[in-house]
Amino acid sequence: MTAIARLRRTIARVRDHDLWHDFTASRITVAAAAVTLAIVLAALFAPWITPQNPFDPAELDLLDAFTPPVWAEGGDWRFVLGTDDQGRDLYSAMLHGARISLLVGFASVLLAAAIGVTLGLVAGYSGGAVDATIMRIADIQISFPAILIALLIDGVARGVLPRDRHDELALYVLVFAIGASGWVQFARTVRGSTLVEKNREYVQAARVIGVRPAAIVLRHVLPNAMGPVLVIATIGLAVAILTEATLSFLGVGVPPTQPSLGTLIDIGQDFLFSGEWWIVVFPGVLLAALILAVNLLGDWLRDAFNPKLRKGVAR
Amino acid sequence: MIALVIRRLLQSIVVMLAVALIGFTLFRYVGDPVAQMVGQETSLQERAELRERLGLNDAVAVQFGRYVGDIARGRFGISYAIDRPVADLIAERLPATLELSFVAALFALIAGIPMGVYTALHPTRLLTRVFLTISLIGISLPTFFIGILLILVFGVWLGLLPTFGRGAVVDLGLWTTGLLTASGWKSILMPAFTLGMFQLTLIMRLVRSEMLEVLRTDYIKFARARGLTDRAVNFGHALKNTLVPVITITGLQLGSIIAFAIITETVFQWPGMGLLFLQAIQFADIPVMASYLVLIALFFVVINLAVDILYHVVDPRLRIDRGVEAG
Repeated sequence: MTAIARLRRTIARVRDHDLWHDFTASRITVAAAAVTLAIVLAALFAPWITPQNPFDPAELDLLDAFTPPVWAEGGDWRFVLGTDDQGRDLYSAMLHGARISLLVGFASVLLAAAIGVTLGLVAGYSGGAVDATIMRIADIQISFPAILIALLIDGVARGVLPRDRHDELALYVLVFAIGASGWVQFARTVRGSTLVEKNREYVQAARVIGVRPAAIVLRHVLPNAMGPVLVIATIGLAVAILTEATLSFLGVGVPPTQPSLGTLIDIGQDFLFSGEWWIVVFPGVLLAALILAVNLLGDWLRDAFNPKLRKGVAR
Repeated sequence: MIALVIRRLLQSIVVMLAVALIGFTLFRYVGDPVAQMVGQETSLQERAELRERLGLNDAVAVQFGRYVGDIARGRFGISYAIDRPVADLIAERLPATLELSFVAALFALIAGIPMGVYTALHPTRLLTRVFLTISLIGISLPTFFIGILLILVFGVWLGLLPTFGRGAVVDLGLWTTGLLTASGWKSILMPAFTLGMFQLTLIMRLVRSEMLEVLRTDYIKFARARGLTDRAVNFGHALKNTLVPVITITGLQLGSIIAFAIITETVFQWPGMGLLFLQAIQFADIPVMASYLVLIALFFVVINLAVDILYHVVDPRLRIDRGVEAG
C-alpha cells in the first residue's frame, strides 16, 4: 500500500470515528481547538514571525521603553502592542513568552505523567504494601494544593542549588516542581484501570504462558489505561501553564531576562500606577485565552471518553 | 463513630509527623544552620562548640524528637532573614490571612449557592448562561490577573478603592482586625473578591450539578405529585439535600483558600502569612518556610478531620451503611 493510500484510509477512519463527529458537533470545542492550535503555532514559530528577539539585550533600546500600543497617543508602528520598561516589543515578548510557558507546561505534564503512570502501574499491579505506601503518599499530597507543593520544591531548590546558577537552572527547577506536584491524578487513574485490567482474561492468559510481569504491564495493561491519561494530561496542561505563570508572577519562576507570560505580567504590575496598562493586559489576555481554550478541550475530551455522557444515549 | 474518630485522629497524627519530618529535613540539611548563625571571622573551634551546644551532633532521631517537641510548644526557631523568632512573625501575620480567607469564603458561599440554585432551576434562561459564562471565566482567568484587572479598574482608573494593605486596623491584644474600620472594609473588598472568585465558581457548579441530580429523584417527583408548592419542593427538599456535599467541599476548600492567599496577598501587598512565606522562599529563609509548611499542614489536617467527622454527624445514611458493614 502506498503512503498516500494509507494516509487517505487513516483520514477516512478518523472522519468516521465517533470522536470526530462529537468534536465537529460542538462549536465551542472547535473554536477552542483553533485558538489552542493558533497559539501553539505562533509560539513555535515565534522567532520567524516577530520583529525582535526579546531575549537579546543587543536588540533592545531603552529609549523605546514604555511606548504605548499603536492606536494610543505616542504609539509606534514598530511596536504594535507597545513596549515594556526595557524597550522590549510586547508582541515579540508575548510570543516568546508563550513559547516558554508552553515548553514548561508540556515538559512538566510529561514528567508528571511519567511519574504518575509508572507509580500507578506499579501500585495497581503489585498491590499489597507497595500499593498502600504509594497511595497513602498520594492521599497526603493531594490534600495540599499543587501550587503550594510546587512553591515548596522551588524554595528548597533555591536553598540547595548554588546561588549564581539559579537563573540558568530556573527552567529545570520549574519543570521539576510543577511535574512533581501533579503526578497524583495520573497515578490514581492508572492504578484504577490497572486493577480492572489485571484480572481480565487476556492478562491471565499472558501470565499463564509465562510472559514477564514487566512485559505484561507495559505491553498489555498500559495501552488499555491510556485513554483517561490523555484526558488528565490535557487538563493537567492547563493547570501546569497556570502554575508556571503563577510562580513566575510571584517572582520564583522564570528569570526576568527570559520572561514567560507570567513574568511579563509581574513586570507590568509595577507600572500599573503610572498608566502603562498594556504591559499587564495583553500578556494576561493571551494567557487567559490559552488556559481557557485548553480547559475547554480537556472538558470535551473528558465527556467524549465517558460514554455515559454522550449525547443521544438515554440517561 | 468513636472508632472512626480514633482512626482519623491517628491518620492525622501520622500526616503531621510526616510533614514535621519534611520540615525537620529542610531545617537540618538545606544549608548549614551554624553557617547561617555565625559571622565570617568565627573560628572553626567556636563553630564546633556551637554545633555541640545546639545539639547538631546528636543522633538524627534525637534531633527530630527535639524538633517535634519544639514545634508542639510553638517554638519555631529564628528567621535567617529578619533575625526574629518565627513564632512572633507568624502571630503578627496570622490574623490578616485568616480574616481575608474568612471573608473570601463567606463571599463565595453567599454568592455561589444562590447562583447555583438559580442555574439549576432555570437551565435555559439567559441569566443562567451569563452565570455559567462567568464561572468558566472564573476558572480560566489566573487569580493574579483578576486581582490586577481589579486594581487597574477600581484602583487606578476609577480611584474608588485602596490597592494595597489592610487599611486601618484595630489592635485587640492578640488579634488585629481590619473589620472594625471603614478603610479596613474598603481594603478587603478587592482581595476577598479575587480570592473568593475561584471558590465561587466551584460552589456554584457543585450546587448546580447536585441540584440537577436531586431534582430528578423520585422523592422530588413524589413531593410535586402530592401538590407541595414549588418553594417547598425546591428549597425544603431539594436544596437541603444538596447542602451536605456543599458544606464538605467548602470546608475542605478552606485550607486551599488559606494557601491560595499567597497569590492574592502578593497582588495586594496584604500583610499576611502568604507574603511572609513568599519572601522566605526568595531568600531561602528555611526556618520560616518549614514553619509555614507545618502550620498550613496543621490547618489542613484539622479541617479535614473536622469535615470528616461533621459529615458523619450530618448525614445519617453514612452511619447506617457503616452499621450494616460492621454487623
